[in-house]
Amino acid sequence: MTVRAWPVSLRLAVLGVVTAVALVAAVRLGAVAMTWSALADAIAGRGDPTTITIIRELRLPRAVQAALVGAALAMSGATFQALLRNPLAEPYILGVSSGAAAGAVLTVVTGWAARFVWSLPVAAFAGAVLSMLVVFRIAFNVGRTLDTRVLLLAGVVMSAFLAALIWLVLAFADTESVRSAIFWMMGSHATASWRSVAILAVCLAPSVVVLFALARPLNLFAIGEPTAAYLGISVERTKLVAFGTASLLAAASVSVSGTIGFVGLVVPHTVRLIWGGDNRSLLPCAALLGAAFLVAADTLARTIAGANELPIGIVTALVGVPFFVWLLRRPTGGLTT
Amino acid sequence: MIAASAASSTHHEPRPVWSLRGVCFQHPGATRPTLDNITLDVASGRMTAVLGPNGAGKSTLLHVLLGTLTPAAGDVRFQERTLAEWSRKELAREIGVVPQGEAEPLFSAREIVAMGRYPYLGPWQRERPEDDAAIRRAMERCDVAAFSDRWLSTLSGGERQRVRLARALAQEPSVLVLDEPTTFLDVRHEMTTFALLRDLRDAGTTVVLATHNLNLAARYADDLVLMREGRVAAQGAPASVLTADRVADVYDWPVSVVPHAGGAPQVVPSDAPVR
Repeated sequence: MTVRAWPVSLRLAVLGVVTAVALVAAVRLGAVAMTWSALADAIAGRGDPTTITIIRELRLPRAVQAALVGAALAMSGATFQALLRNPLAEPYILGVSSGAAAGAVLTVVTGWAARFVWSLPVAAFAGAVLSMLVVFRIAFNVGRTLDTRVLLLAGVVMSAFLAALIWLVLAFADTESVRSAIFWMMGSHATASWRSVAILAVCLAPSVVVLFALARPLNLFAIGEPTAAYLGISVERTKLVAFGTASLLAAASVSVSGTIGFVGLVVPHTVRLIWGGDNRSLLPCAALLGAAFLVAADTLARTIAGANELPIGIVTALVGVPFFVWLLRRPTGGLTT
Repeated sequence: MIAASAASSTHHEPRPVWSLRGVCFQHPGATRPTLDNITLDVASGRMTAVLGPNGAGKSTLLHVLLGTLTPAAGDVRFQERTLAEWSRKELAREIGVVPQGEAEPLFSAREIVAMGRYPYLGPWQRERPEDDAAIRRAMERCDVAAFSDRWLSTLSGGERQRVRLARALAQEPSVLVLDEPTTFLDVRHEMTTFALLRDLRDAGTTVVLATHNLNLAARYADDLVLMREGRVAAQGAPASVLTADRVADVYDWPVSVVPHAGGAPQVVPSDAPVR
């Protein structure tokens, strides 16, 4: 049986195993070396208290957060690509990331981020939601209905405007603030905790249910909005729910881990190039692959350069791009949504 | 008197599928209305062809029939209810549509045809045996069963068009609406498409299509609606609509009309008039 002919259950089982392996590797690998038995003891809460803390309070929540963010970004990207019928679509295309970055940079340069740990993610989330609302408002003002082409353009110009504001603020900020702002924008899971994982999970769970329920409508959207209407979909209402949910996933991810690029663009394309565009398989497969990919990238980011941790956005691009280019150049390659 | 009215009601025409009264539509920014006071009945169980030059309003008329454009004025009723009283899902169980131009994502031919079952399934519901049967029947009928598992993007233009027609048939609709279904098809596929539409009509399906092929419309359709500048220039049986003077006038080009072997009028455009 060729890989393409795998039934959905087999695809999910294989990707599930891959994700599990990535999670175990992420928890075992790191600056502190660990044997399998020490790892098992630490997870069970036995043995050396320092090891227990490293495993249960640092590596585990960090790996789980990377998995959740990877899954959220991949599902969000798949949804945007179907809704916008555009292969360039990704979770940040409606200005979510630049809105979050603007919020984050403001807390960094005002010194709030240093004084109140919670202020940065809260400001990032607020910035993301705000810029998203403005973009939707622009698209609604132009026409009576939500025109996806206008939405796309509104997102792009909003991002450009916010980026200019961010650089304006950074131009007058001190060197240390500029450095932490830039590192935040390249993404990191270093601040992961069980609390951030819980917040992420609360945003993720209902979104997953909504998007999976919309899998079939998303298939029809990928063909065209008139066709979706002829086949029985209330186009405007469905579009609004899907855009809102996908943007919420992106906003929640960005607020805990910064703007990690590439995952939301390339993971859905990879799954689509292997198994086609049916969102009933694409959404769960992309979620698992996104989770595995980001956990692996994060493990690499914190181990490859010794004590220096690399921003994860650099790893996702440096590792992911060559693989994706290879995938594109295969004979059946070619991007569609 | 009483006997006469009873007799006339027994010979009553079947209720029209669509009835339009005074329908007007203007695209935002357009200088003149695309549809200008259209009053029209679409007969049940017949094949109706909408004809007219580019920009006459054929596609807009189809959009208004399908409820994807809402007229600025006038009344559109489908099976005696205004379109606002129908949900999109209810409409999709009655009307199958083959639109013009669609995106082509990575879906197999069967996946595309299976989308025709959407109006019959809940969000978490799997395909039932009757859905599978409907998909199979539609694919065989349109001669696309052979490329079930192939991706749409690897099929020829004619094959893709037949896949879309199969998707519309999988909706098991009582009405089929097609926007220029044979524009990119060769002679063989154009003729097989029209023959299939005639078979469907004979089996009781109401067929409405917009087309530029006057001669095939005259041969296969029961009723013609000839449009010009957003108005109905003529409607009725092919022989009464397609007269040489009227066609020349509507299309602004000299033509002659000769009878086909089957009796349908056939339009032969003349050479360019000498200026």
